[in-house]
Amino acid sequence: MTIGRIVFKSLRQHALSTTVTALSIALAGGLLMSVWAVKEQSQATFTGVNEGFDAVLGARGSKLQLVLNAVFHLESSPGNLSFSDFQDIQKNPNVELAVPIAVGDNYHGYRLVGTTLEFFDRTEYAPGKRFAISKGSRYFDPTLREAVVGSFVARKLGLKPGDTFHPFHGLIFDEKNQHSETYVVVGILEPSNTPADRVIWIPLAGIQMMTGHDPKAATDVSAVLVKLKSSSAIAGFQMDMMYNKQGNRLTFAWPIGRVMAELFDKIGWFDRVLALVAYLVAIVATASILAGIYNSMNERRREIAILRALGARRVTIFTSILLEAASISALGMGIAFLVYGVIVATVASVMRAQTGVVIDPFRFNAVMLWAPAALIALGGLAGIVPAFKAYRTDVAENLAPLS
Amino acid sequence: MPLLTVSRLKKSFATPDGSNHTVVNVDQFSVDERQQLALEGESGSGKTTFLNLIAGILKPDAGQIVIAGKEMSALKEAGRDRLRATTIGYIFQTFNLLQGYTCLENVLLGMSFGAGADRAFAEELLKRVGLGNRLSHRPRQLSTGQQQRVAVARALANKPKLVLADEPTGNLDHKNACESLALIRETCRESGAALLLVSHDREVLAQFENVKRFADISRVAHEEALV
Repeated sequence: MTIGRIVFKSLRQHALSTTVTALSIALAGGLLMSVWAVKEQSQATFTGVNEGFDAVLGARGSKLQLVLNAVFHLESSPGNLSFSDFQDIQKNPNVELAVPIAVGDNYHGYRLVGTTLEFFDRTEYAPGKRFAISKGSRYFDPTLREAVVGSFVARKLGLKPGDTFHPFHGLIFDEKNQHSETYVVVGILEPSNTPADRVIWIPLAGIQMMTGHDPKAATDVSAVLVKLKSSSAIAGFQMDMMYNKQGNRLTFAWPIGRVMAELFDKIGWFDRVLALVAYLVAIVATASILAGIYNSMNERRREIAILRALGARRVTIFTSILLEAASISALGMGIAFLVYGVIVATVASVMRAQTGVVIDPFRFNAVMLWAPAALIALGGLAGIVPAFKAYRTDVAENLAPLS
Repeated sequence: MPLLTVSRLKKSFATPDGSNHTVVNVDQFSVDERQQLALEGESGSGKTTFLNLIAGILKPDAGQIVIAGKEMSALKEAGRDRLRATTIGYIFQTFNLLQGYTCLENVLLGMSFGAGADRAFAEELLKRVGLGNRLSHRPRQLSTGQQQRVAVARALANKPKLVLADEPTGNLDHKNACESLALIRETCRESGAALLLVSHDREVLAQFENVKRFADISRVAHEEALV
């Protein structure tokens, strides 16, 4: 009872400084856990998302741009490739499946992507998971102006089967650039938590033949999504050599995960800056524990002397101050999970809206164990200086009547 | 049979000019079990230091203090803390209650370093000193007389063999001083504890059958009294 009670009473007596210090620990802990969890989850998710394909073939240019455009539906297309290029890779013995896509139009900022039904029929966007269409809807007829809407877009724009819309030219919404074609929504995709959720899918010819597009490029495609046969490592290597080293017209981005990993390597400094900020906040918060308790030692000296006069040992006083410091940290880390939840939920929401990629704020991450442990230990360490001051309190001197 | 025996006890403190100032120099002193003894002395004569030495709060420079058969002066600090918690109750002039704790918690805290917290006994003690209806009050919600009664209850919480009282009525008005003193003496008598009280108040001292002048037992106080 004794030490716990002394610690609790002291925390309550110094409620304001306890609260302020605990909140600063909460901010530090929340930031630290968020930075770590978002970094790891987003990296794992982005490098894991490939819509069931191994590689992307596109115009000569940046592999990263190609992958971002064809798989994540971000960035502009590096250029088109001819239909014959698509047919060539389709016939390549290393290739199990090649699906062309065409981009260039949007509807209220959400991309229209032209493709073939094989994209939905023959791929698993994740192991064992295939695209599914919601009840009462169907996939588009490749010969008609029909659209299948990703779940996120459908929710955001309120689209449902039977609705019609006019696409807008370009990847950025500009109401002046409306196409005259009318498309009918015939299907809504079930949520897949992939970038496909934030796309409006139409037949490949729909993009190719859209009014205003260059008639000379009417058979071109923006990229080809490629699934390799089982010996994909060798096949991928051979095709990488063929397109990237020996050829100079096209780019073969393979494997998709490694291309994305290179992106994270490039922006790794940003994670490190965020982590550094979180560490600094943690150090400042810990220092505030030290300062808060240390500054209150003068007013506590009499209390400590009374406890000692009642029989409390020096080590009891020392331990109680250490525990008080650690308790402030523990309290802060309790609140830090709330801060973490808010930050990660916000990041997840923004990430989903911008990329279609979903991260789970509640997924366990080892940082949820080591960050609280480290900050509580650091808080305890911060208590050593004031605890030592308390340890050395002169009992007789501080029991004397106040003049 | 003596409960407390003090022999050749010396304590001095360093002064700002670097010399040592002897505050206590007691050749022989004792208190019997259940005895109630008052020590009379002027302010600054070393009475409080003497009580702090007996309580083990201060370590003597020389001499011996034996309480209930245990030599306090030979113990290390942790041992002195333990002996103080289990054997001695201390009543201070300024009560020294912990302001963040209720009356009951103040008494329970006193117990927890000694025999262990016993809520029923703590409540019984507070009822005994007339504060049965103030268990959850904090010290600042009580009058000074009531605060002193909490201090009395806390001093008796570990069923001590010896209660030390340092000017316990110094902060009280006449009426409260009389009541408080009577309470301290009664409760010590009831619990079988010996009482060693120091005071310079003649009205307080007049209540005791056994009164000793601190100047008679401490050479320092004696010399200062002569000056």
